[in-house]
Amino acid sequence: MSILIDSKTRVLVQGITGGFGARHTHLSLDYGTQIVAGVTPGKGGQLFEDKIPIFDSVKNAVKETQATVSVIFVPPGFAADAILEAVDAELDLVVCITEGIPINDMIQVKNSMKGKKTRLIGPNCPGLVTPGEGDDSHGGCRIGIAPGYIHKKGNIGVVSRSGTLTYEAVWQLTSKGVGQSTCVGIGGDPVNGSSHLDIIKMFNDDPETHGIIMIGEIGGSAEEEAAAWIKDHCNKPVAGFIAGTTAPAGRRMGHAGAIVSGGKGTAEAKISALEEAGVGVAETPSVMAETLLKMM
Amino acid sequence: MNIHECQAKELLAAQGVPVPTGNVCQSIKEVEQVVTGLFSSGVKKIVIKSQIHAGGRGKGTFKNDFQGGVKLTDNLEEALDFSGKMLNEILVTKQTGPEGRKVRKLLISEASEIETELYLAVLLDRELSLPIVMASTEGGVDIEEVAEQTPEKIVRQEVDPSTGLLPFQARGMAIKLGFEGKLINAAAGVFLGVYNTFWNYNASMVEINPLCIIRTPDGKQAISAVDAKISIDDNALPRHPEIQKMRDLGEEEPQETEAAKYDLSYIKLDGNIACLVNGAGLAMATMDIIKHYGGNPANFLDVGGGAGKEQVAAAFRIILEDENVQGILVNIFGGIMQCDIIAQGILAAVEESHLELPLVVRLEGSNVALGKKIIADSGLAVIGADSLAEAAQKVVKAVA
Repeated sequence: MSILIDSKTRVLVQGITGGFGARHTHLSLDYGTQIVAGVTPGKGGQLFEDKIPIFDSVKNAVKETQATVSVIFVPPGFAADAILEAVDAELDLVVCITEGIPINDMIQVKNSMKGKKTRLIGPNCPGLVTPGEGDDSHGGCRIGIAPGYIHKKGNIGVVSRSGTLTYEAVWQLTSKGVGQSTCVGIGGDPVNGSSHLDIIKMFNDDPETHGIIMIGEIGGSAEEEAAAWIKDHCNKPVAGFIAGTTAPAGRRMGHAGAIVSGGKGTAEAKISALEEAGVGVAETPSVMAETLLKMM
Repeated sequence: MNIHECQAKELLAAQGVPVPTGNVCQSIKEVEQVVTGLFSSGVKKIVIKSQIHAGGRGKGTFKNDFQGGVKLTDNLEEALDFSGKMLNEILVTKQTGPEGRKVRKLLISEASEIETELYLAVLLDRELSLPIVMASTEGGVDIEEVAEQTPEKIVRQEVDPSTGLLPFQARGMAIKLGFEGKLINAAAGVFLGVYNTFWNYNASMVEINPLCIIRTPDGKQAISAVDAKISIDDNALPRHPEIQKMRDLGEEEPQETEAAKYDLSYIKLDGNIACLVNGAGLAMATMDIIKHYGGNPANFLDVGGGAGKEQVAAAFRIILEDENVQGILVNIFGGIMQCDIIAQGILAAVEESHLELPLVVRLEGSNVALGKKIIADSGLAVIGADSLAEAAQKVVKAVA
């Protein structure tokens, strides 16, 4: 088992003909992901790599291919519209990889998604991976831009705001022979679709997930919110790491959401909230996997 | 992106927010013209404000020992004297750091007769994912202190982005803040204008501190945005060419400006260990682990997921411009990009920059063995490391 996606999930790609989208679609196909359609308005009727049909709209793609999940690679100025098109087509899950979407666009997207069935992951995220059973975890479902081969099928759930720090944690696990159920990058923007808490609740309900690594960073209060819930409700061991202890206040550290402003969103506050909730906080990013395994 | 107070007031005025009449001056000649103009139009008192991207200007000190980056006066002679001591001088405030900032522009405007000072801001509430308008009767002071000590004095209104701030919500805020009579509508108009400034220009924050009730020369009460601070969402700048023109490179670290040209995210810090990392989270974590082992990071640097050869070369140039740097830690998780390609990029950059400082390289990911071999065989004095912890310890030791 896994959360959100598995090897049977049917995926469509919005922005499949752009350089970035095409490259990662190719890698996902290699991994074994069921990519069933692409969407690029104006290029309907063409084929991606001679096999994946391209449609002019998400609705048409869904009607013809029964895709349930979309991944978005369109440029930042058009990404909000792409998300809303996928929501309108009533997909279960939309994963937005695009970095650099104006915050006001995301405020509007989030507001228009209220009460709709679609879940959004991202934007500005590496996507999700549910590892498969083949060599280098092939045969699973890779949606987004994470390197597939670092994964291994298993029972640890990983949720993170940062891409490479997720890979770091996954690689530490895999190197120790410990596999993952699903790895979810929720993204580094201040307004995003799913929070740490949303994903941790799913891991808690997933019988195949036995332990959780949550990786946070400075800015906002999503980690504190997750900690409060974990304290009273989570019945699985959770290890955490918070990046940005040394980040200067008032500066955006690469991610649009990674900023300490008005004394809020500090690493110290997040670490103490996690510790108080019984989360094992890794002292350095080198020991994220080790910290969790000691708890299990 | 931050903009100057005078630019913020321009945007506010365009959205109907009343601001004091004034002009920007970059020379003493301009100061003379503007001040003469203000006094001859009946203004009794003027205020001269240093334009830098940092707060605490009023209580700042110039490096020439002149006190105060904001000065009041009622005569031309004094205005010229003050301006001469401010223009092109270095102002140090609690937010500039000891190096201070050069004052290249002065905003000279009418000094209003202030009756009451309030606080007003529009910003993103991250928990709600909605804009909020926040106001307080405690103006001119640090709002974080107010929030901590007397939270009941802060009035908040969340805004539905599909409708924007509604007039009745703006009036409701004015009433809660204690406005009466005609001032209720006047204040509501200001709140609407400030919200529209926030939304229409894609600001990440608009702060008016203080927002003032003033007494006009004809004895009436009015509202005026006496100070203003706006920062713009960088992601939205492509939509606002008029705001892009407001960028003041003189206010930015030259290395940060240079880095942005190569799509590198660089922030200068005050330590001596430079870091070069792919990914923002890993870059922060690398700084943290350097500190954990007793070192001090000289910068944050995210070369991005792609990390091509040209970018790595530019990154080396930029981190080496910082004279405090005594050692370098390269930490790359080769995910999609393979470690052997990254290793070649690093070697090319090292040769190009004639690097003489200790360099610790930690590579992880695909083709890592080949990547390490390329570095080991290069004959260059590069210190290898297998884990992030080992890399951090080695670089800290190398600069000790």
